[in-house]
Amino acid sequence: MASRKSFIAFLVAPAFLILFAVVFYPFIYNIVLSFSNMNLYRIYDWSIIGIKQYTRIFTEPSQPSFYLIFWKTFVWTFVNVFFHVVIGVALALILNQNLKGRSVFRTLLILPWAIPQFIVALTWRGMFNYEYGAINLMITKYFNLPAIEWLKDPVNAFVACIITNVWLGFPFMMVIALGALQSIPHELYEAAEIDGARWHHKLRAITLPLIRPVMIPAITLGMIWTFNNLNIVWLVSNAGEPSDLTHILVSYVYKSAFNYYSFSYAAALSMIIFAILLTMSLTFMKSSRATEAAY
Amino acid sequence: MAIQQKRPRILQKTLSYFVLTLFSGIALFPIWQVVNISLRPGDKLLPTELELIPTNASLNNFIRLFTQTDFLTWIGNSLLVSLTVTITGVVLASTAGYGFSRFQFPGKRIGLLSLLTTQMFPATMLLLPMYIMLIKLGLINTYLGAIIVYSATALPFCIWTMKGFYDTIPPSLEEAARIDGCSHFAAFYRIILPLAAPALVITALFSFMTAWSEYIVAVQILQDSELWTLPLGLKSFEASMSTEWGLYGAASIIVMIPVVILFLALSRWLVSGLTLGSVKG
Repeated sequence: MASRKSFIAFLVAPAFLILFAVVFYPFIYNIVLSFSNMNLYRIYDWSIIGIKQYTRIFTEPSQPSFYLIFWKTFVWTFVNVFFHVVIGVALALILNQNLKGRSVFRTLLILPWAIPQFIVALTWRGMFNYEYGAINLMITKYFNLPAIEWLKDPVNAFVACIITNVWLGFPFMMVIALGALQSIPHELYEAAEIDGARWHHKLRAITLPLIRPVMIPAITLGMIWTFNNLNIVWLVSNAGEPSDLTHILVSYVYKSAFNYYSFSYAAALSMIIFAILLTMSLTFMKSSRATEAAY
Repeated sequence: MAIQQKRPRILQKTLSYFVLTLFSGIALFPIWQVVNISLRPGDKLLPTELELIPTNASLNNFIRLFTQTDFLTWIGNSLLVSLTVTITGVVLASTAGYGFSRFQFPGKRIGLLSLLTTQMFPATMLLLPMYIMLIKLGLINTYLGAIIVYSATALPFCIWTMKGFYDTIPPSLEEAARIDGCSHFAAFYRIILPLAAPALVITALFSFMTAWSEYIVAVQILQDSELWTLPLGLKSFEASMSTEWGLYGAASIIVMIPVVILFLALSRWLVSGLTLGSVKG
């Protein structure tokens, strides 16, 4: 029995120690920070000042305002995940047919997921360049439309970030959906055909309900990833250009922490984001009753 | 009946191929752009035409990349950091995952729940406290600082993946080995670990990629240019006064190729690991 206990300790203790040092401790530290007045110049000389940072976030008029960024983050998350799922599932349905060359197409369509995100972001930023970017060259040469000022206008820059992120995110949903589709027994469709069902009947009555249990956790994961995706917004808009109007919550926190060095303000914002994410994921999982499968 | 069905079939096939080709084109477009940029000769870096392959294509950018920039140093730095993170991730996750999968112990439930919760942390929530800790420990501007942050980021997912995989291996295998006189450790090391090879590969790949393609954390911790990893180097091409697109393109291709090949080769396992993890919890 003693050997069993020491074996468990040997297995779990190192990981637990490390997780404690680099996950739990920073988490607690972050909570403490959020109630303090620390910034870069007060690293060793800070004190607890209560909920002032939280009230600052909600009441202090800042440029851009917290509510604007908050709203934008939701637009960002839902637009992205919506397109990821729609494009991903549609492509999966097409790939699930008996087509020649489907494995080639499958490989090509996974590529956006395989490329490192910072390369994706920097490349798209180059493609959105006003004069020399491929997007504007295409718009002006092949569609005869006026060139678009992608990166200098707040709305267009935000759209540019969304386009980039939709591009890199659909393969994940496609691959998950394809896996789910392949596990649906063929007899179900044959039975439906005998009953005279059209394709949209089959889609609504068989396909969608049966891939749902797999898609719901994947969508939850996708929402969390998108909500938290700092890379794309940060690198495509070059740190929130123009003039900090292209932020989502995480990129704004990052900027407050590492460009403006208001550590405690950033810590308080992190806490708020965490609370939003936790509530969002729990409600989504609960409302779709996928938690039954949870561990 | 058969003839009636044939026409919609052909229409459906044509439409399917059309959509697949269109989206494959969209998927390939930025990659083609990078290749195109990397092949541009020095005097035509800013294009005003869309050409499949630029006129007077040359490999000059690749030669300049290796002879006139610190590209080799960045590769060395990236390999050092990424491989250390990979080894740490695989060793800790393979053992901890096994513990979580097979044994009951106090703190197990909390441990598992907190692993899941970390996935909901905004990046800054751990990065900022860790950054302040690293300043206090004097680890800013060291490889170790970056390695600590990356391992912390990758570990929860890796443990979760390993646990999910061990759960699918029947415990009767170790029981049999134990009856034959194996110690706990030998049963784990000789019987279970080899069976868990696919999950180990995912864990290794995931840890490696976490460090190999990371910019946001690296830019705060590795400030001296001798310590730069590849993402920081590539970004410096883009950020310099006269954007060095040619060098950027050439460097991107070299950074991208091994990762993309690894990813495609392992994508089947990666996906089964992800769905296993997410479906179970």
